[in-house]
Amino acid sequence: MTGMSGGGERVLALLPELLLLLGAVGGLLLGLWTPQHRQRRVRLLVTAACLASAVAAAVALPEPAERVFEDTWVVDTTTGVVRIVVALGVAALVWLASASFAGHPRETEAYVLMLLGGLGAVALAASGDLLLLVAAYLLASVPLYALAGFAKDSAGVEAAMKYYLMGAFVGVLMLVGVAALVLATGTTGYSDLAVLLPGASPGLLAVGILGVLAGVGFKAGAVPVHFWVPDVTAGTTPPMAAYLTTIPKIGAVAAAFRLLAEPFADVPLDVPLLVALIAATSMTLGNLAAFHQTDVLRLLAYSTVSQVGYLFMVVAVAARTDLAVPALAIYLAGYAVTNVGAFAAVAAAPVARTITDWATAVGRHRSLVVSLVVCLLGLVGTPPTAVFVGKLAVFAAAWDGGLAWLVVVAAINTVASLFYYLRWIAPAFAGVPVAPATGEGEPGSGPRTAAGTAQRIQRGPVVVLHAAAVLSVLLGVGAGVWLAAATSAS
Amino acid sequence: MLLTVVIFLPVVIAGVLLAARGLGARAAIGLWVAASAVDLALVGWMWWRFEPGEGASGVVDGLAYEADLQWIPTVDAGYHVGVDGLSLPLLALTGVLFLACAIYSLREPDRPRTYAALFLFLQTACLGTFASLDLILFFVFFDLTIVGMYFVIAGWGHGNARRSALKFFLYTFIGSLALLVGFIGLFLGSDERTFDMVALAANPPLADSPVAGGLVLLAIGLGLAVKTPLFPFHTWLPDAHTDAPAAGSAVLAGILLKLGTYGFVRIAMPILPEAWQRWAMVAVVVGVISVLWGAFVALAQTDVKRMIAYTSVNHMGYVLLGLGAAGLVASADEGARTVATVGAMYQMVSHGLLTGALFLLSGVLWSRGHTYAFDRWGGLARPAPVFAGCLALAAFGSLGLPGFSGFIAEFQIFTGALQATPVATVIAVVGILVTAGLFLVALQRLLTGDPVDPVVPAEADADGTGERPAPDRTDGHTVTATRPEVSARVVDLRGHEVASIVPLLVLALVLGLLPRIVLDVLEPAAMAVVELVAR
Repeated sequence: MTGMSGGGERVLALLPELLLLLGAVGGLLLGLWTPQHRQRRVRLLVTAACLASAVAAAVALPEPAERVFEDTWVVDTTTGVVRIVVALGVAALVWLASASFAGHPRETEAYVLMLLGGLGAVALAASGDLLLLVAAYLLASVPLYALAGFAKDSAGVEAAMKYYLMGAFVGVLMLVGVAALVLATGTTGYSDLAVLLPGASPGLLAVGILGVLAGVGFKAGAVPVHFWVPDVTAGTTPPMAAYLTTIPKIGAVAAAFRLLAEPFADVPLDVPLLVALIAATSMTLGNLAAFHQTDVLRLLAYSTVSQVGYLFMVVAVAARTDLAVPALAIYLAGYAVTNVGAFAAVAAAPVARTITDWATAVGRHRSLVVSLVVCLLGLVGTPPTAVFVGKLAVFAAAWDGGLAWLVVVAAINTVASLFYYLRWIAPAFAGVPVAPATGEGEPGSGPRTAAGTAQRIQRGPVVVLHAAAVLSVLLGVGAGVWLAAATSAS
Repeated sequence: MLLTVVIFLPVVIAGVLLAARGLGARAAIGLWVAASAVDLALVGWMWWRFEPGEGASGVVDGLAYEADLQWIPTVDAGYHVGVDGLSLPLLALTGVLFLACAIYSLREPDRPRTYAALFLFLQTACLGTFASLDLILFFVFFDLTIVGMYFVIAGWGHGNARRSALKFFLYTFIGSLALLVGFIGLFLGSDERTFDMVALAANPPLADSPVAGGLVLLAIGLGLAVKTPLFPFHTWLPDAHTDAPAAGSAVLAGILLKLGTYGFVRIAMPILPEAWQRWAMVAVVVGVISVLWGAFVALAQTDVKRMIAYTSVNHMGYVLLGLGAAGLVASADEGARTVATVGAMYQMVSHGLLTGALFLLSGVLWSRGHTYAFDRWGGLARPAPVFAGCLALAAFGSLGLPGFSGFIAEFQIFTGALQATPVATVIAVVGILVTAGLFLVALQRLLTGDPVDPVVPAEADADGTGERPAPDRTDGHTVTATRPEVSARVVDLRGHEVASIVPLLVLALVLGLLPRIVLDVLEPAAMAVVELVAR
């Protein structure tokens, strides 16, 4: 605790966040003065802001951890990792989305909202204060409501509505939780809470912890507040689905990690067990629900729910083992890369909604199938991809933290998850569509993009898919380099 | 460095094959054969330069061609590879069998470029597994073999290939995750928190906590048992084999099954010596059950390939019997335990050669008649004498006839295990009798008797002789008259088939007559394993 009450001189500690904000504001202004068909330059500006932010975050990584602005903003390894991953993720997603947004009347607004949502995710991860956590929750939510319904079609509006109602409801729960914690301790800063919470009354403590965890759990899409994930993912466009299931989750998981590591570390309740149960049910229910999905977006949506389960394993042991921070660092990065890749595969053939349609649509693009296989097997955790290293690190951390049973549950779930990923891989690889299962929708029901882009493979998403597949393997093989860079501060 | 080249040369060529879109079919397969041949030559060079050493040497010392790089420093996992007496014979076996498969597939008509690339990828994965000296690296390659084999079965199999491939993937993936859990247990249980096999074997983890050690051994044993496969985890094997292409089956049985048994020797025994001693009897019992189960179920098969698949369960059972006996420290002296271990290792090499040949021969059957059913074949000795001769040699070798490598292996396993577990050994010998019987019955059905047309079903054969004009009516018997034409459909082994199968049989014969070639390398390492287990 450095106690920088002046704060002014430490503004530069927030340079990565400031760059994101500048990019958002600058993009909005630039968009105002740019003709409709030239809005590509906004995309370039936004991308440049993201890259600059990532570079600034990377430069700041090796510096020792500190808390700025009256201890409300924590800059440490976790924040640094989230800054880099979110900034690069938003940059990639802007390009992924550009295929469907190019020429759209509100193209600029979409990019700016994506940037602001990313800023919210970083704020979630960096919050060292409950009130800032609430503000970050709102910043990571409100732009996303707009993005979910951006296509303005009925499915998109329904998705946005569902997302908004659920978000508002959980937001209230979170506020109740924060209020309970404030009532119990009279403070909102994590450092003070860590000292005062162990002596607080158990009733208030339970309400507070449940409320706050519900909030971050909602943003992460964990059971039991995951209901929005499949509907929103399937209702919006594939690039937005990739965004909604990647960026806020990263921030939320990091926020939960910080909560468990700091204020909730020594409370008399068994919070790690609660989080472990959330993790176990998330991965199990996510997998079970994904089993019979024939819609690729819904399948991926449930897959992200189960992935959050694995991520919450490391959250559960945040305060118990030194292995937790590196595990979080590698899993977050691996998850972001691989998940964006998998959604990019859907975005490449946006009209194809079912597995069969997708396999037919990409029929002759064999390299696309290869990259999809790398990404999907990556999500399973097949070596040498990044998620494999992440899973290995997470399993080791969870076991080291005394949750060996959770490791067994996770291992069984990993096998189960293989089944539904293979349901997509097999027909795609064989190239011949399998006999359509009963209950599949009409081929192409639910076009999500402008009519002119239908029926062909889009180049932008394909590039993102290939890049994600390559990066997923590189990050796995080069995990040591990434971890050495990420954890050099501590 | 040399070892790294050996491991990654195939996958680099695979990348070249995938990238070279314009490459013709023959050129692609030719490149595959060349890459496999170069890789085998490099392994041969390594063998030539390898110093086995005197006395116990291997596992923790006497490692050649080592390379050690950091990979994931936070959990001390690295790229640590090396060669000792345990891995060298299996590396050589991998090189030989993959080259045989490449030659066998010279005329592969279906997407040959991808096919060749997949097999080269598999070769890298298999070589990497045998050369790994780091648990995570072992797991990485171990898992990649599953992925590669899945695509081989799903993409080039026949019959119900998609389903069999899925079954194979799910079963072995369960096994590999159990393995991963066990490895993490070893990591957390070790004093210095490492995944390095050499360090772990030198300073075994969980030595003072028998329950945890037992559970970790259970997880690792489960993972390896699925792969090996041992009863009752063998049920994926017959389906996967039946529906896989011939070269895929040969690799699956010849190499991939060895990954399981090799894991026992390389990981379970030296790293968890105390637990292995305590639970060695379980290994013996499971081994003997696998021996008998594999033999008797194979006897009941009506499908050639399924029968060969079940004999693999039987043969792998002997390996486990030998390894279990090596752990029964109290009831056998060191010499006997060493003999049992050497026998088990020898059995891996021998089984790889002979079963590889058998599966390639069954692939010949498929290519001629698209069936493996016993009752659709007969009298093959007349139209296809070379095939018949090869099949007879492979079958006799596989049932353990003296003069073949299988005899050396099984003889040593029984000799070594007899002192430790006389009852189990005697029961296991029954398995030899049953396999002898079933191979003889199989030879009788396929090679002798009247030739049968595999394409026309048996009942159609009885009344459908009028479909084609009988060329020879002098004997006035229509059924016999059709024979020459029917048998003319069965073409004997072609050049590339001979070139792939015969060398495997010759090697099995050489290893049966001159076992010292391999024993010189194996024995020091086996002694090292036995000493490590006895700690």
